Amino acid sequence: MLDGKRLLITGVLTDGSIAWHSARVAQELGAEVVLTGFGRGMSLTKRSAKRLPVEAEVIELDINDTSHMDDLVTFLDEKWGGIDGALHAIAFAPNDALGGNFLNTPPDSASTAFLTSAFSFKTLAVGLRPLFAKAGGGALVGLDFDNRLAWPAYDWMGVSKSALQSVNRYLASYLGKEGIRVNLVSAGPLGTVAAKSIPGFDQFENLWQVRAPLGWDPHDPEPVANMVCVLLSDYASSTSGEIVHVDGGFHAVAAGDAEGLLAAQQVLNEAD
Amino acid sequence: MERSEIEAKMKELLVEELGLDEDKIANDSRFEEDLEVDSLGVVELLMALEDNFGVQIPDEEAEQLTTVGEAVDLVQKKLDG
Repeated sequence: MLDGKRLLITGVLTDGSIAWHSARVAQELGAEVVLTGFGRGMSLTKRSAKRLPVEAEVIELDINDTSHMDDLVTFLDEKWGGIDGALHAIAFAPNDALGGNFLNTPPDSASTAFLTSAFSFKTLAVGLRPLFAKAGGGALVGLDFDNRLAWPAYDWMGVSKSALQSVNRYLASYLGKEGIRVNLVSAGPLGTVAAKSIPGFDQFENLWQVRAPLGWDPHDPEPVANMVCVLLSDYASSTSGEIVHVDGGFHAVAAGDAEGLLAAQQVLNEAD
Repeated sequence: MERSEIEAKMKELLVEELGLDEDKIANDSRFEEDLEVDSLGVVELLMALEDNFGVQIPDEEAEQLTTVGEAVDLVQKKLDG
């Protein structure tokens, strides 16, 4: 499905990361993959790169540092002379922008969350644009957690995810005529390193298990990785500006059956 | 593998991978409170242990670890198992 595709995968921290599984599945489907890592996480990304079916090169990318983006584009241009797809799996919010501190979060912290988690999708898209042009178009995919409704503790990360959904639509609008498709995968909660850094996120997992019509395994990132690969592939050739939920159907239902509702209430009570 | 070998390797990884001061590392040192290793540091250590000892440490077991000694015990258990 991805035979010969040249893909950039950001956001691999461990071999439990959604991005790592996306890279793994992409390689299994025939893609070539380059990873990016960031700051202190670089050594983890390099270790995880060795655990892929084919060891991937790791380039440092602080998405808020323009010189990093320039170096990355030069590297990819020399290596591949173009690019067919990229996964944006980048998000960050300072501690005081999360965990129930919503009303007291200072503007700088909210701004950092927005810049790193939403604006960065634009930064990546614009940075890679010349490489997409050389390939005659391509696909960008971002990772989302659906924040159409407010969540406890998710706070300014949630606001940033809402912004990301909007950035997704604008990118689709501006880049469509260049043959670049832009989509998000909205995942259910997964027990990754990134998720564990969000206070109270584990409570979401319980809620999901009782409400998602298909059920939900928070320890299995593969369904999300599979959808990322579909959207990076030519099978999604007319899909752009979309948010595809890989959440066991959770987003479609207000509550499960009576039994599920009771269980969900119990989870919420425990969360209090 | 001898326990002393695992302990030595553990110390080496804590110094090299996490930049800790060798003199501060004892069997009963707690990662978070005594050694000031944050969650990312713990993940780094776990992956380094997996790579160096060729074992797999599931998250559920990793989450139980508090001290250096417990980590040594876990590696020993995995190697013996």
